[in-house]
Amino acid sequence: MPPKEISETSKRSRGSSINWRDVLMNLAIPLAGMLVALLIGAVLLLFLKVDPIKAYSVLLSGAFGSWPGFFQALVKATPLLLVGLGICIAFRASVINIGGEGQIIAGALMATWWPLTFREWPGWLLIPTTVIMGFLAGCAWGFIPGLLKARLKVNEILSTVMMNAIALQFMNLLVRGPLIDPAGVEAGQYLAQSERLPANAWLVRLIPQTLLNAGAIIAVVLAIVVYIFLWRTTIGYRIRAVGLNPDASRYAGINVPFYQALSLTLAGGFAGLAGVVEVLGVQHRLLEGITGGYGFTGIVAALFGSLHPLGTIPASILFGGLLVGADKMQRATQVPSALITAILGLVVLFVVGSSIWSKRWAAHRKIDALKESEVA
Amino acid sequence: MDEILSTGVIIGILTSAIRLATPYLYAAIGESFAQSSGVVNLGVDGIMLIAAFASFYVVLNTGSIWLGLLAAILAGLVMGLLMSFISVTLKAEQGISGIGLYMFGLGLSSLLFNVLVGTVKTVTGFQPVKIAVLGDIPYIGEIFFNHSLLVYGAFLLVPVAWWILDKTSWGLMIKSVGQNPAAADSLGVNVDKVRYVSVCIGAMLAGVAGASLSISLLNLFQDNLTAGQGFIAVALVYFGGWKPLGIMGGALLFSTVNAFQLWMQVLGVNIPSDVAVMLPYLLTIAALAVTVNRVRQPAALNKPFERGES
Repeated sequence: MPPKEISETSKRSRGSSINWRDVLMNLAIPLAGMLVALLIGAVLLLFLKVDPIKAYSVLLSGAFGSWPGFFQALVKATPLLLVGLGICIAFRASVINIGGEGQIIAGALMATWWPLTFREWPGWLLIPTTVIMGFLAGCAWGFIPGLLKARLKVNEILSTVMMNAIALQFMNLLVRGPLIDPAGVEAGQYLAQSERLPANAWLVRLIPQTLLNAGAIIAVVLAIVVYIFLWRTTIGYRIRAVGLNPDASRYAGINVPFYQALSLTLAGGFAGLAGVVEVLGVQHRLLEGITGGYGFTGIVAALFGSLHPLGTIPASILFGGLLVGADKMQRATQVPSALITAILGLVVLFVVGSSIWSKRWAAHRKIDALKESEVA
Repeated sequence: MDEILSTGVIIGILTSAIRLATPYLYAAIGESFAQSSGVVNLGVDGIMLIAAFASFYVVLNTGSIWLGLLAAILAGLVMGLLMSFISVTLKAEQGISGIGLYMFGLGLSSLLFNVLVGTVKTVTGFQPVKIAVLGDIPYIGEIFFNHSLLVYGAFLLVPVAWWILDKTSWGLMIKSVGQNPAAADSLGVNVDKVRYVSVCIGAMLAGVAGASLSISLLNLFQDNLTAGQGFIAVALVYFGGWKPLGIMGGALLFSTVNAFQLWMQVLGVNIPSDVAVMLPYLLTIAALAVTVNRVRQPAALNKPFERGES
């Protein structure tokens, strides 16, 4: 029997229709943060004697100014969305998962090893099993810090950061050793990449001449699934309750450590899927730098989407576009794409910094509601 | 195996261990100030990167190592103010703020380096200073008393930090704010101010940690120079139980493992280098798991303070 307060608020949030003032608030704050971050970036560029208007226009047009650019933005948005979905689950449980990079690697490693081992399997069998195995590999990599947190109270922020480093070294070891491309070795090249996967393991390309693949559809479908999971199932409700108020949840009989570990495990699974999609859908092989920093940028996308699975979809497209635009900007104007990393960092700072206002806004609304009910 | 166990190699490993402990010591002891006041600053790595670049760039252009050190401290201070503003004034979630600060530092240092410098260059940084008499003791002198000033400074910081945190009213105030901010507040302590100062001290020391890499140990700058050492420094604070002496033990343990692994690579001993590089991280996780239940962390760690909330 959950305590009265929790069950009532949950009923209210379940039953009521969309509150447009809330939606507007959730849109305005991140966008304002983004704008300020871009402004600071512009000042920086001026200081570096680069024309910010030129740099930013290349950035924008590179991502959203042409169809090929836009499709490439969607290609980059896919892993961001998958990582971001996991972040939504973890952060909603107040579990700070910084381990996206390592979990992506876990999924990518599995998505390389599995199809190379069972290469004779037909695609209808090989692809789904690879996706599931990659998901499980990511889960495993998230489960370890989850278990350490649940059982030994090990700070998950630190343990996931360490798990990233371990996964990275592990991948470097494999991709230069057991998994190295034999054809490359024969040709005398020791590139740190695996053999090309058999074609029956490739995800369908949605549009010819682009890298856009079925992974994008999987990601959007999963966003809806995660939304339903978090807001329409008991387990999802408990995960959110644990995040909102662990003490009250404990009194309500919810096994708090279990749900924290579960949310970290699931977050790992979704990041693992990002690795699977990168391997099966984009690269068709494992290579160094496969994570593309998505483990961190996915956090930014999820925060930008107010930790809502559906809000994370447009946020991922936006940041996917920024990443594509940043590459173009680097080539056209010699402004290093590291600028985007700095801007993303500022966006994170502003979005978490501004939560004080959204909290005050929520408190304000609560008081208004109380007053109204008193009047009635 | 004879070669590995020769006196020369052992002295070499120990000397490197002392040198390599330097950035960990500055960053982790600085972080222990912030954490003792209740703020986890996860952005240490980002601060180190910006400060490392700032000091490197200043030394490259002026040739003055002291101006370089000053630049690193100032860069740390600015980053510390940013972190305090977000996590103390705006009461944001500290872990996520720290990641934002890290990304900002990583991106900005790389941006500035690529625009202002572009290629890998080396500078003449802090040189080893042999201490009279002590430096002439066989073996011991070489291991302990023939280092740059920043290395000596890091080890001097240990008793100084212990004294400040344990023996001065300032240290008591920092710890009271970290243990029970509401009680400290009711006694007239300005909680926010104490946290600002503590975070900024930590950030300035993280700045020195960055400088110790770019103008003392390596004498160069490149993208992501720290390679995550700032995160290990944060973990070392937990490992050391929020005590300078414990932190020094942890820092030396790590730097010895690092030094051992580097020397094994130099000697061409056949351990895959990736496995060796993994060791410190595995060690960190193991250390965290072992220490968490042994020592009590500051009660208000990672909790923003708001008046009227208990």
